[in-house]
Amino acid sequence: MQINIILAGVGGQGILSIAAVIDHAALRGGLTFRQAEVHGMSQRGGAVQSHLRISDTEIYSDLIAGGTADLILSVEPLEALRYLPWLAPHGRVVTATEPLVNMAAYPAMDEILAELDRTNRPVLINAAELARQIGNTRVSNMVMLGAASPFIGIASEEIESSIERLFQAKGADIVAMNIRAFRKGEEVSQTQA
Amino acid sequence: MKKELLLGAEAIALGALDGGISGVYAYPGTPSTEITEYIQKNSHQRKEPVRSAWSANEKTAYEAALGMSYAGKRSLVCMKHVGLNVAADAFINSAITGVNGGLVVAVADDPSMHSSQNEQDSRVYGKFAMLPVFEPASQQELYDATREAFDLSESIRLPVLLRLTTRLAHSRAGVEKREVRQQNRLNAIHAPERFVLMPHNARRQYNHLLGIQNKLEAYSEQSWLNRLIPGTGSTGVLAFGIAFNYVMEVRQAYGMEFPILKIGCYPMPRKAIEDLFSRCETVLVAEEGYPVYEELLRGYFGGKNIRGRLDGALPRAGELNADSVARALGIAPKELMPVPDIVANRPPALCKGCGHRDLYEALNTVMSTCSDRHVFSDIGCYTLGALPPFNSISTCVDMGASITMAKGAADAGLRPAVAVIGDSTFTHSGMTGLLDAVNNQAPITVIIADNDTTAMTGGQSSSATGSKLHAICRGIGVDEEHIRTIIPLKSQLEENIAILREEIAWDGVSVVLAYRECIEAAARKKRNRKGTP
Repeated sequence: MQINIILAGVGGQGILSIAAVIDHAALRGGLTFRQAEVHGMSQRGGAVQSHLRISDTEIYSDLIAGGTADLILSVEPLEALRYLPWLAPHGRVVTATEPLVNMAAYPAMDEILAELDRTNRPVLINAAELARQIGNTRVSNMVMLGAASPFIGIASEEIESSIERLFQAKGADIVAMNIRAFRKGEEVSQTQA
Repeated sequence: MKKELLLGAEAIALGALDGGISGVYAYPGTPSTEITEYIQKNSHQRKEPVRSAWSANEKTAYEAALGMSYAGKRSLVCMKHVGLNVAADAFINSAITGVNGGLVVAVADDPSMHSSQNEQDSRVYGKFAMLPVFEPASQQELYDATREAFDLSESIRLPVLLRLTTRLAHSRAGVEKREVRQQNRLNAIHAPERFVLMPHNARRQYNHLLGIQNKLEAYSEQSWLNRLIPGTGSTGVLAFGIAFNYVMEVRQAYGMEFPILKIGCYPMPRKAIEDLFSRCETVLVAEEGYPVYEELLRGYFGGKNIRGRLDGALPRAGELNADSVARALGIAPKELMPVPDIVANRPPALCKGCGHRDLYEALNTVMSTCSDRHVFSDIGCYTLGALPPFNSISTCVDMGASITMAKGAADAGLRPAVAVIGDSTFTHSGMTGLLDAVNNQAPITVIIADNDTTAMTGGQSSSATGSKLHAICRGIGVDEEHIRTIIPLKSQLEENIAILREEIAWDGVSVVLAYRECIEAAARKKRNRKGTP
């Protein structure tokens, strides 16, 4: 088993927290993984991405080769499109639909949706709206993690227990809210899977 | 044994802590910053204290690390590739004096210039200084090699350069820890014949360095960082550092069987390389950074069919990846989904509510009335003022250059000559330039954008901010009346414009301290006070 995931978003949207949850779940499950991320200048409102690879055998490259990503998990719709050259023919795109407009040439939403539609059964999630219903837009990244969980190859219980561990220092309420966000994302995603 | 989840940079840090360092010295710089940050966060759990505050620049960091080594203890010094230019004087000369306690220089190069001005290759510096260089290929290798680098450094009494590139520094994997080594005891040896580089000593030491080169090569011949992956076929691959990962990825993905000689320890193991060359008709040289060794090998094996970055088999610039290596090995490129035309660039930008925005708004208003609208800038968040909607600055070359370039331009007759520099960059290498300007009574205006932190690299402490900056400028000799402070806020715009106008009109050295705390740093402090991470 080998899963290649591209996590996409804009600096400050919390994709590294998503990565950390998956990393810890993989590590505890005894899997090999590599997760390359972007630091420094590009983090400030720029496009950021993380290559995440999980396998039960050796992984050599930290980077995913073109056309071999099983999943693009994006927390911003335009950013999902930026990494299409990495997507495998069977690969899936799971993306949040709320745009983050901090650039002059942001395209029209219907154009973005049309491009997303060309991919293999895209999963589109109103992550910010769902997070708001749960109680805080800051958990929208956990909604997206939940939405992606059917495609990650790690049992949801494992991922939930990672969320618990990573957020436990912030208190039981925060843990519970993040788990609720995760489950909500998973539930909505399954209706589209 | 339980594995720890570490970035490559953090694997070096843990290797150094477990290898018994007594101190780390560094100036922050992507992609090297996380080495020191990890040590700062984790050294307090150690039995013996580890000194770990930030230095003013890479040269002061290097020299402090050297001092700790002369005193018998193990020290780590960390920087990014361009930082080694700043520390180069100390670095090259430390190869002549040699060391006492183990000294490891961890330098993170940034091919593809994700966050840098160039993609220079630190292995060139290693060769230049004639020092051993380690270039591990994985997070585990980084951990193990760091520990070994300290042992080697102590046994041959030379600094060891540990080179890595962005992708390894900023990639996470599981790393297995080994036993913790105790720190060295204080043991300041008195050996002026080694450590005082007067010509007669330097000549002897230089001969010693030349004489020890075969020993270094012999070490490489048996190093675990260099190893052959046996294979068949007429093509072989010489893979340096992280390039090994991409080559192995291709070999695995396409079920290929070519032999690979992995190199992670320099000087190169000549025998192992000759062996590969004698067995193969063609050798692909895969190295990340400059074609340093490809060039050398073309010299050695002139007639041999060598492929690599020089003949275009691999791209000359940028990071390597499995796709570029696959193409170099003759695999036809896959058809990939294109990026849709509607996808525009999303460049980084100044944060919403950042004080630099208000500074540039005021400065743009003032400069718009000048016939020569030219602002010399420096390296930090404020460099983002080069992008729309501000387009405020005209240059950014190296740390500290804004002040000295403005001085040179003023010498040439440019009026006004304005420099923008950050608090941390000013102390890194702006202060000496300001002294030149004062001594020459250059008509320049230096704006120090003081946000109370080293913001671009994530908010490390800055060597001087606020009143300390004011005192430094006064001490350097700037006229007290022309050291002005402004607060870059919307509400102060008119006043700030007036002050900038006055100082730009003044025919001498003036400094405008634009003080407003970084909003990210302020938010972080607030969160920490609340106790929620």
